[in-house]
Amino acid sequence: MRRVVVTGLGLVTPLGGDVETSWKNLIAGKSGAGPITRFDASDQKCQIACEVKPADHEYGFDPNKRVDTKVQRQVDPFIIYGIDAAGQALEDAGLTDMPEEMKLRAGCSIGSGIGGLPGIEKESIVLHERGPSRVSPHFVHGRLINLISGQVSIKYGLMGPNHAVVTACSTGAHSIGDAARMIKDDDADIMLAGGAEGTINPLGVAGFAQARALNTSFNDRPEQASRPYDKDRDGFVMGEGAGVVVLEEYEHAKARGATIYAEVVGYGLSGDAYHVTAPHPDGYGAYRAMEMAFKKAGMTPADIDYVNAHGTSTMADTIELGAVRRLFGDAISTMSMSSTKSAIGHLLGGAGAVEAIFCILAMRDQIVPPTLNLDTPDEGTEGVDLVPHKAKERTVNAVLNNSFGFGGTNASIIMKKLD
Amino acid sequence: MSDTAERVKKIVVEHLGVEADKVTPDASFIDDLGADSLDIVELVMAFEEEFGVEIPDDAAEKIATVGDAIKYIEEHKG
Repeated sequence: MRRVVVTGLGLVTPLGGDVETSWKNLIAGKSGAGPITRFDASDQKCQIACEVKPADHEYGFDPNKRVDTKVQRQVDPFIIYGIDAAGQALEDAGLTDMPEEMKLRAGCSIGSGIGGLPGIEKESIVLHERGPSRVSPHFVHGRLINLISGQVSIKYGLMGPNHAVVTACSTGAHSIGDAARMIKDDDADIMLAGGAEGTINPLGVAGFAQARALNTSFNDRPEQASRPYDKDRDGFVMGEGAGVVVLEEYEHAKARGATIYAEVVGYGLSGDAYHVTAPHPDGYGAYRAMEMAFKKAGMTPADIDYVNAHGTSTMADTIELGAVRRLFGDAISTMSMSSTKSAIGHLLGGAGAVEAIFCILAMRDQIVPPTLNLDTPDEGTEGVDLVPHKAKERTVNAVLNNSFGFGGTNASIIMKKLD
Repeated sequence: MSDTAERVKKIVVEHLGVEADKVTPDASFIDDLGADSLDIVELVMAFEEEFGVEIPDDAAEKIATVGDAIKYIEEHKG
């Protein structure tokens, strides 16, 4: 059977424009949250977010490194973040200059939950105020979700499968899982896989706030707003950015002497069939996604050292934890589980991929990132190491990453260090 | 260089992300400056905006070089 390993990583997050800066700040317990600077948010219920910082910031992102200025002008931020993260991952894997036959077997599966909402908002105002003849000819392809995969394939000449998942906040996890299956199925030897989001715009923030999903009671204390599992949590903090990994068939990676970070061993998917925004109160969908991932991996919960939770800082946190508790049984006492959304906010379609990369780095460095702001753990969190406040050094050989999205769509991925 | 030429050049540099010294009157948008047909639609919109002229589709199709654009604008601006 063809095995799938990870050989390259790329990140653009509110804590850094690259993998090592983001990870260093995450482990140091920094928060990427602050007042919204992209637009005047004074009339919004939620006035805070985890924005990707500008290039001149201590841990900012410089789009000019990997994205042509012409492309930057034509596309929404999520595409810019995605192109850059994909470029980082290819550079990390040593694959920026592939021979033609390798490019024919290299593809892209980089999705987004929402796509180009800022551009849709802006251009609809142009249409309304100035008429159809002023709408940009780049409007459509600068907003479409599959245009990260499109742009990346054009930039690097990747002629294998070209795919883009759209499953809300499970996008990043499904992207990696689906791409791993394409490699297993022999559709490709190399897949760039991940997700991106960039919806910190008036319509995006207002929409999530009206759905009662966003935090609205910490506008004066943004760094304390994302507090998964804490008694005082009251909604997620929106983040933005991208995470992209290079997935590669194991023998292919070994033959070219690639650095192998981890093996993708389990992938589970399920639907809640319950409600458009709320998870099933028993966490049944989450349970079944995790259960399927374990079955595929041929592993049991006792094998898992670290769980990167979906943990959005909403009421759903304890539902997920309940499902983990039922599935893990006694094994819950030997693992650590944290939500990195406490530091970088919720990257929506990018979350699953960014968090998968944090899981891989936890295995590389044998340290698990903290859950910030966990001052008063809520009822139902007893007996679980939720890694409050500070990163923790520990053995990490296998990890589980959960992602759940609006529409009741669930994905779980299990990765482990190579034997 | 005329005022029109300077302003056209500035728009082309901004929209196509090319070096200013490549934007000569003889430069073809597609062959020399890396534009595609959609970039030309966008450039024409930017010229219309900047100079307050209307460039109909059939006229826009004939604008192949920077010089063609400058000439059309010089002849049609108010």
